[in-house]
Amino acid sequence: MLITLWLIVTITFFLMHSVPGSPFDRDGKEANATVIQNMMEHYGLDKPVAVQYLMYLKSLVTLDLGPSIAHYPDSVNSMIDRGFPVSLSLGMIALVFAIICGIALGTVAALRQNGLLDSFAMIFAVIGITVPNFVVATMLIKYVAVEWKLLPVATWGTWKHMILPALALSTGPLAIIARLTRANMVEVLTQDYIETARAKGLAPATIVFKHALRNAVLPVVTLLGALIANILTGSFVIEKIFAIPGMGKYFVDGINNRDYAVIMGTTVFYSALLIIMMFLVDIAYGLIDPRIKLHKKGA
Amino acid sequence: MNQPKNDTKAGQPLLEVKDLHVTFTTFGGEVKAVRGVDLTLRAGETLAIVGESGCGKSVTARSLMRLLPERTARITSGSIKLKGRELTGLSEKQLRQLRGSEISMIFQDAMTALNPTITIGEQIIEGILRHQKVSRTEARRQAVEMLELVGISHPQTRLKQYLHEFSGGMRQRIMIAIALVCKPSVLIADEPTTALDVTIQAQILELFQMLQERTGVSIIIITHDLGVVAKIADRVNVMYAGRVVESGPVGEVFHRPQHPYTLGLLASMPRLDSDRTIPLRPIPGTPPDLFAPPPGCAFAARCSRAMAVCGTYPPERTEPSPGHTVTCWLQDPRAQAVRPESQPVGTAGRPAI
Ligand SMILES: Nc1ncnc2c1ncn2[C@@H]1O[C@H](COP(=O)(O)OP(=O)(O)OP(=O)(O)O)[C@@H](O)[C@H]1O
Ligand SMILES: [Mg+2]
Repeated sequence: MLITLWLIVTITFFLMHSVPGSPFDRDGKEANATVIQNMMEHYGLDKPVAVQYLMYLKSLVTLDLGPSIAHYPDSVNSMIDRGFPVSLSLGMIALVFAIICGIALGTVAALRQNGLLDSFAMIFAVIGITVPNFVVATMLIKYVAVEWKLLPVATWGTWKHMILPALALSTGPLAIIARLTRANMVEVLTQDYIETARAKGLAPATIVFKHALRNAVLPVVTLLGALIANILTGSFVIEKIFAIPGMGKYFVDGINNRDYAVIMGTTVFYSALLIIMMFLVDIAYGLIDPRIKLHKKGA
Repeated sequence: MNQPKNDTKAGQPLLEVKDLHVTFTTFGGEVKAVRGVDLTLRAGETLAIVGESGCGKSVTARSLMRLLPERTARITSGSIKLKGRELTGLSEKQLRQLRGSEISMIFQDAMTALNPTITIGEQIIEGILRHQKVSRTEARRQAVEMLELVGISHPQTRLKQYLHEFSGGMRQRIMIAIALVCKPSVLIADEPTTALDVTIQAQILELFQMLQERTGVSIIIITHDLGVVAKIADRVNVMYAGRVVESGPVGEVFHRPQHPYTLGLLASMPRLDSDRTIPLRPIPGTPPDLFAPPPGCAFAARCSRAMAVCGTYPPERTEPSPGHTVTCWLQDPRAQAVRPESQPVGTAGRPAI
């Protein structure tokens, strides 16, 4: 895990420094050459890249992500302190919504296989997967917020502010989960043990919820890591569109300002988060599938 | 063990199927999988259904419980009576009441027929709770008792385990436990021993016999193995292309087979008690297309003794000896007259063709 993280840090660091421009380029405005020189010295940007890299690694070990260059005296750590809770609640809402609705949609589609509802659900799923979330976000803002005035257009505050960005963020994962659930469910419903359950005289609802759903949803859990990543990256764009003061907004601003410390800091933070999530998903899968527990016991 | 059952056998049939027709609607057309099956099961007896792959054994069995795929399968005509009650017109809800409590079914491969992610105990207990008004504790007690009965040791701890923690033979025992826990009067076993090795097979058959003695359950066993039939069945139905061609007590059918198809089946099976070194003879040819079954006897095209009439008119059912029925034109008195020699039709392993 640490090696993965180190690789990400290294690659991001050198890629970032290979991009032309520096934090002190300002479109149109001519900054004073000595001021820039002083600033470069202050942030250590006048040293060779290799030295800067080692310095960065050193501060990273102490969990210090350094000061922001563009927003002096703000530090990257305090940006994360402020932005992450916002991003986390947005991401969690989107994820939970995507999981619940995706599984429900996929199950219903499988039960009405090749019926009208199934066709609608799968058309929706294809749209959800192919249409980028910023398009969804724009549409939601245009209709729900601007024309029908049902919900606020942007920014953050009450639960009403959360609905549109969470919806926009969840469409992709929701569609992916729905498709996967449907495919698994169709497959599971043809299994012999479903017939055994019928032969016991169990009601269809019991069969679906108790015998089929669990086995159909298991593979969705393995996908969870990828879906979390999807929501994370999606949140960069969505937060920018809805002007939400989350991590994503800081990250995008950081890129625009070539604020090296912010770019590095948020990348490192999200990478670490994602790696931990993937690890947790693995553990969760072992907990809900009894067959895997055995392998671990035996090993 | 056949003796004590004989008195119950005299009673009226427990399950009586008459002229059952089942059709599947597929993209290619209508598959007439079962075309007029008659079947009688008496209390406490074991009836075997044998026949080549695809002859409609499983479809017949499933239609007794109405476990056929709802969208494609249809019982087009016929009657199924359990204890005098007609089942063909029952609603899905009434059928659910019946499944597992009156008629149970076990399948060929317990590995796939049990749910891998639910504990064995729960899979037994849910059936009990479905059909009996008892507490969970009582249901668990019954489950333990049932597991013990089918020969699973340490049932208390076994209840909490999952399918993959059991051997093949034990899985089949668990399936039997699940099927019998609500004390059904009919148990349908669709090739219950095909997936098992020979020793385990013998153990499972003995288990069937033991359970039948204890609970008095009537068993319909579907198999390809005539050895299994000889070992545990009282009567046997030989099926061909969706029909029963010969039916009767096992000893009678095996020793005095009347239908050329039964003869062929017997000749194609290895026999342990045979001292003659007769090569096994598979029946040449393939079963007819069930999309468009022939108008006459379906076996006519493969039958070495077919007459002109066989291909065009369906034969009537005859009863050469009490309880032994055959559906073949050779039984017709006019055919008997045509026959060159008047020797018995043949013995197992050496049909007189
Ligand atoms: N779901 C289905 N849809 C269409 N046709 C079917 C279906 N199930 C069975 N059939 C047809 O019904 C016929 C009888 O099938 P069945 O499964 O009863 O055979 P079987 O005697 O049990 O054979 P086996 O010994 O291989 O189990 C076959 O020709 C098969 O093609
Ligand atoms: Mg079959």
